[in-house]
Amino acid sequence: MIDVVKQGLILAGAIFMFLASLGLLRLPDLLTRMHATTKAATLGATLIMLAVALHFADVAIVARAFGVIIFIMMTAPVAAHVIGRAGYFVGSKLWDGTVKDELRPNYDPLTHELKSGRETEANARCEAKLTPREGDGQ
Amino acid sequence: MPTVILLSLVLMTLALCLVFARLFIGPSLPDRVVALELFSSMIVGIIGVVAIATDVPSLLDVAIVMALMAFMAAIGFARFLERGGPRDD
Repeated sequence: MIDVVKQGLILAGAIFMFLASLGLLRLPDLLTRMHATTKAATLGATLIMLAVALHFADVAIVARAFGVIIFIMMTAPVAAHVIGRAGYFVGSKLWDGTVKDELRPNYDPLTHELKSGRETEANARCEAKLTPREGDGQ
Repeated sequence: MPTVILLSLVLMTLALCLVFARLFIGPSLPDRVVALELFSSMIVGIIGVVAIATDVPSLLDVAIVMALMAFMAAIGFARFLERGGPRDD
């Protein structure tokens, strides 16, 4: 029984890793590639580490395997965020079919300042009058 | 059990080849950094499978160190990119 579960976990992890690499190779731009790799590779490594924990069934080994899982789950999003941010700043091109880039109109790439277009005095007063604040769709 | 391990190792090696292709053709430096990160997390998986196949639990320490190094490398590359050093994509 445990053997079957183990084999299933190993196979599922390997398949998810293969899918991650396929996504990395086939998807069109940096952000979509990161979308494929970060999640699928994290899940694949997690499944394989679960199989390792089942295989050795020893407290020290299980603790170490769970340590790897927790570490990967904590660091993968941080690393992806940092790389994506750096890639956007460096100016890597987005895909032609990108529908929306909400950062572009509000962001100054030279000074790294984010603006909402409401920084003037008049806008602030107008904003204060409109309480409760209406949605930011203007 | 040996069949499953063999199959999964073959799958992951194939995946490593695909990642290496992206590492080779990747149009810009961030793409290559993403490929390197996937490379290392895939190596964590391979080390796990090899640990099961050979019954050597000490290999898990290697996996831990690998994951840690990958994180450090990603952060370092991102800092380097943002500061804007000399680049040759």
